[in-house]
Amino acid sequence: MAATAPSTTAAAADAAPPRQTYRKHSKLNRPNPLWGVAAWAVGLLFATPALWMVLTSLHREVDAATNPPSLLAPLTLDGYRSFFGSSNAWPALINSATASVVSTLLVLALSIPAAYALSIRPVKRWSDVLFFLLSTRFLPIVAAVLPLYLFAVTTGALDQIGLLIALYTAMNLPIAVWMMRSFLAEVPVEMLEAAQLDGAGLIRTLRSVVAPVAMPGIAATALICFIFSWQELLLARSLTGVVAGTAPVFLTSFVTSQGLFLAQVCAAATVVSLPVLIAGFAAQDKLVQGLSLGAVK
Amino acid sequence: MTARRRAPLALAALSTVALASTACGGAGGGGGGGGGGSTDGTADSISVIMVNNPQMEDLQQLTAEHFTEETGIEVQFTVQPENDVRALIAQDFSQQAAQYDVATISNYEVPFFSENSWLAPLSDYAEQDADFAQDDILEPISAGLTGSDGEIYAEPFYGESSFLMYRTDLFEQAGLTMPEQPTWQEVADLAAQIDDPNGTRGICLRGLPGWGQVFAPLTTVVNTFGGTWFDADWNAQVNSPEFVEATQFYVDLVQQHGEAGAAQAGFTECLNAMTQGGTAMWYDATSAAGSLEAEGSPVAGSIGYAPAPVVETESAGWIYSWAWGIQAASEKQDAAWEFISWASSQEYEELVGAEIGWSSVPAGKRASTYENEEYLEVAGAFAEATEAAISSANPNDPGVQPRPAPGIQFVAIPEFADLATTISQDISSNIAGQGTVQESLDRGQEAAQAVADNYK
Repeated sequence: MAATAPSTTAAAADAAPPRQTYRKHSKLNRPNPLWGVAAWAVGLLFATPALWMVLTSLHREVDAATNPPSLLAPLTLDGYRSFFGSSNAWPALINSATASVVSTLLVLALSIPAAYALSIRPVKRWSDVLFFLLSTRFLPIVAAVLPLYLFAVTTGALDQIGLLIALYTAMNLPIAVWMMRSFLAEVPVEMLEAAQLDGAGLIRTLRSVVAPVAMPGIAATALICFIFSWQELLLARSLTGVVAGTAPVFLTSFVTSQGLFLAQVCAAATVVSLPVLIAGFAAQDKLVQGLSLGAVK
Repeated sequence: MTARRRAPLALAALSTVALASTACGGAGGGGGGGGGGSTDGTADSISVIMVNNPQMEDLQQLTAEHFTEETGIEVQFTVQPENDVRALIAQDFSQQAAQYDVATISNYEVPFFSENSWLAPLSDYAEQDADFAQDDILEPISAGLTGSDGEIYAEPFYGESSFLMYRTDLFEQAGLTMPEQPTWQEVADLAAQIDDPNGTRGICLRGLPGWGQVFAPLTTVVNTFGGTWFDADWNAQVNSPEFVEATQFYVDLVQQHGEAGAAQAGFTECLNAMTQGGTAMWYDATSAAGSLEAEGSPVAGSIGYAPAPVVETESAGWIYSWAWGIQAASEKQDAAWEFISWASSQEYEELVGAEIGWSSVPAGKRASTYENEEYLEVAGAFAEATEAAISSANPNDPGVQPRPAPGIQFVAIPEFADLATTISQDISSNIAGQGTVQESLDRGQEAAQAVADNYK
């Protein structure tokens, strides 16, 4: 279910045409309208599962379970009522928000200085460092789950939101460093030299020269880290229990082998997708800039 | 330069350690056991993990008002679908991490969970708690929840056996009668006579892969044909003539007179087929009867119930019960007993009857349920057949030969779930018309012997 979140944001990004400022750099004088149609078609294709989920969430359980599906079935808010009626819904959402926001802030605090040291003032053998960071992602997370679980049991960190924050930070850090590095590499060296010549110190340079250029990149990185943490299921499922369960773990609890549950799960999935969608829309300008900056390279 | 390069990594490592240690602090303050329900530090809160079935949803609804209010014990529920809940419980209990004080386990888990000392013994609690009336629990149910040391390790929430359901109206139309205790051959003949390939089929049998799907009814057929998974000395018997004959019979019957798409049909699909008039007979769980006789069901009132068909044994029905076990490492066993003795009590059944409806009562565990007038009014059609089916089952001696481990439709060892699920995929293909039963079971024999060798 959580997998629908990125497709929604992708759809949002697709649906919103690139800004004029970006188009100006394009060598094409008049874009072929067919491309616009194609873009909308692809956008719609990505959005359809999410829209279907929203529609199903508004149906009654019996209508949600019929085959062929009934498009015009009467609408109801029962699914949402049962989601918010559950005493575990708010704690799960709050846990998810805590884990995602705190880990994203930590990742930014750690990855920006690291990226600075790997691009603007590259340290010796910076490419080795980059490769090492990438290599930490080689191990499939599923292979680390058992050792992590045993570690958590012996240290008493099981079912603690702090453990998830630490793991999400570690999980997203390599990606964030890579992303931030490519964004900071966009900052022209001439601008830095000019700032230095004008007598700006490090802090001043960072604030007035680097930050404005890197802002879209920071936003894009933050959003990606937030999305990854928000929708993470495997670690949360294995390492939390009664207290620290996150929203994706709570989502799965609606599934039952006896009785109908599709509408409830869809309602829950819609609610859980909303924060990511909202964050995506809020950061849309920066995001399109930021993501295409990275893509151009 | 080197120092600067490493700084971010060092920072990451540091923050990880720092966070992990604050996490430790939190758990320590909670009073051991690795957090979980212990976070508020009082014994007045227990955590319960349970499978997401309708009866458990009712329980969740009733707990605050009728249990917490009376006892002051708060209950935190974690609910997950069946496969996930089994995995989570096995994980937590095997490590004795005590995130959960109470868990829904079944007569499949109790034998090896208790053998591994993962469960708290409950005999003393049950003895001292006269109101609980342990004697009232149906014998085959409590036998399945008792360890090899004779201690009770779980108390049942609801129980079921298996029986044969058939459409009395269709049988009457066709001039057929169901014998009082049918044999499988008789059932096959009846299926052939009543089968209408373009309409109502003869019988519905599960064909969906899974140890709890096709192999639940199939293993009861194997038992009564004289077969077994393992003999008493842990020799696998999966390609023995009896096992092959029983499986071949099952596959033939469902291919010739069974439901369409049988290889993908499980409990739910057969329930739909029976409810919508797609099949004249159905051999499955006694708990299905409640749905068939429910208000609004088109077949309510026209279903007959016969004992599980037999061949060589006197009875063949399975036993399954969802039950409450307490984790051995739990520090709140007294409070946990308060909860499970309430949830498994006759009083709770009456509460469900009054608040939610008698058809939702978690039945199939207590003799008193079947003497309750109000329950019989709703469940009269199948109550007697259900109780008879449960009472006639013997989980410790379900076949013609002694067994190395308890269980009727399963063998209560942890490896069985994987083993039977793997073989069931081949059987399911056989039902779909691919390969032969002999080939499937020859492969199964090898896998089964590999498992059995661990126990020799």
